[in-house]
Amino acid sequence: MVPLSWYLAVAAVLFVLGLFGVLSRRNAVAILMGVELMLNAVNINLLAFWRYTQPENVAGLVFAVIVLTVAAAEAAVGLALFIALYRLRESVNVDEIQLLKG
Amino acid sequence: MTLNDVVLTPILPEAILLLTAILILLIDTFLGDKRWLTWIGLAGVVLAGVSAYRLALSEPVSFQGMAVSDHYTAFFRMVILTATALGLLVALNWLDAHGEQQGEYNALLLLAAIGMMLMAAATHLLTVFVALELLSLSLYILAGFERERATSAEAALKYLLLGAFSSAIFLYGMALMYAATGALDFAGIQQGATMSPLFLVAVGLLIVGFGFKVAAVPFHMWTPDVYQGAPTPITAFMSVGAKAAGFAAFVRLFVGVLGVEKVTWVPVLAALAVLTMTVGNLAALRQVSLKRMLAYSSIAHAGYVLVGLSAANSTGVAAVLFYLFAYAFMNIGAFAVVIALERQGEGDVTLSQVRGLAHTHPLLAGAMAIFMFSLTGIPPFAGFFGKLYLFQAAVQANLTWLALVGVLNSALSAYYYLNVTVQMYMAKEETPPRLHWRPVLGLVAAIGVLFVIAIGIFPQVWLGLAKLGMLALLG
Repeated sequence: MVPLSWYLAVAAVLFVLGLFGVLSRRNAVAILMGVELMLNAVNINLLAFWRYTQPENVAGLVFAVIVLTVAAAEAAVGLALFIALYRLRESVNVDEIQLLKG
Repeated sequence: MTLNDVVLTPILPEAILLLTAILILLIDTFLGDKRWLTWIGLAGVVLAGVSAYRLALSEPVSFQGMAVSDHYTAFFRMVILTATALGLLVALNWLDAHGEQQGEYNALLLLAAIGMMLMAAATHLLTVFVALELLSLSLYILAGFERERATSAEAALKYLLLGAFSSAIFLYGMALMYAATGALDFAGIQQGATMSPLFLVAVGLLIVGFGFKVAAVPFHMWTPDVYQGAPTPITAFMSVGAKAAGFAAFVRLFVGVLGVEKVTWVPVLAALAVLTMTVGNLAALRQVSLKRMLAYSSIAHAGYVLVGLSAANSTGVAAVLFYLFAYAFMNIGAFAVVIALERQGEGDVTLSQVRGLAHTHPLLAGAMAIFMFSLTGIPPFAGFFGKLYLFQAAVQANLTWLALVGVLNSALSAYYYLNVTVQMYMAKEETPPRLHWRPVLGLVAAIGVLFVIAIGIFPQVWLGLAKLGMLALLG
């Protein structure tokens, strides 16, 4: 069987990739994709811990399913907001959206 | 366990709000009569309040180990239901002026309130997460509610991106906490909490996640933009409700559950408190937008609450609860005045717009002055006792230096709060502001003034309630 630490390493790499995406991308949709990567890294973590430490208790498994569901809801709200903004500004680049500052 | 074993009693107030929200959406869709929607929402809030009061009288009951209805939950239900009722009221005229989506507004506000109350009740990380997302998703939409105004859409975008980002970090902390303690429920975490590198990383990530939600420096960058860009009634509601909910879960998890390991997190929170108070107040000094100034002021107030949280003792928890209750009235009251001053379609008020307000609208100016005094922490208003208890707790916890920083910051904050008062009373303006008189805003401001004074004159009564809440948490 693959050791637990491998899963955690993959999850950590995925999380950092997502983090990098969020911090470096300028397009709001790409930033949201980075967030999704981070959430999926969390899911890998949750499932690995559940499977390796307490497979008799489904809490970790259920948590992962709910994270997936909420991530979908978040994406739906996010994309709707992006469309609303695009109609106003013809752009969803976070660089160009700078009316509020100070 | 079958579905029949599920008893809804412990989450009855939340269930009532959910039914009200659905009812509002149905009426909005099928009857098309929008005048009564706010009042239906208010009726739901009152019903939820009654059931929360009845629950508070009985013994603590747990909802499947996921949430608990105890005095601590009851106190936050009181704070959040108050904020919700005032949030519905301040939006009444604003909604009339801003088009058709009254049903969506009222329903989303109630959904956000459910998320906030569940956060206070949560005894399982899963409940914390779902409640947090419920309130955040509702607030993202509400922040962008004025779709035709670019600043509102921008506020929603920034809120969503940073909120989703912080949720991901928060979740990573939860997953690591699961690994470190082998549990997701608070009781199991308490048993399994032992010092280990994994545990420390988990605590750190959870602090970052909560820091984002309660707008602590350095995780505050979204706050000024979102508070300024969002429709003012929403700013009023979320500055109070979301902050109370964030601190409710923060205190329950850290002081209540991770209290045994407090050496690991108290120094971090104390440092955050100093940063939050100082940066918030310094940035507020140079604002010209009243909404943005109040946003930085709300960051500073999160710093004061963090002082009580860093104390991590019984006095500190009671002080945090008391403060959040007092803060609800002074802040929503101040925002009600801002809404009254707002010109149609602008969604913002500059400091110069309050010049000479006392000459044309003495009552409104008087109310605003009281809110500003209370936010500064001048006796005999509510804010003074809130700060007094918080700093007292810090002294008891041998964090006298932290209390001193807090007092110095309060003195600093006096400059920009009193500046508003000076502008209203002393400044002469050729064309003093004339407003459309809106009775509902007057009512909200009056309720705010009444409670700010009542809490200030009888602080012991409210502190007693806060102590009951504290006892539910710390026994």
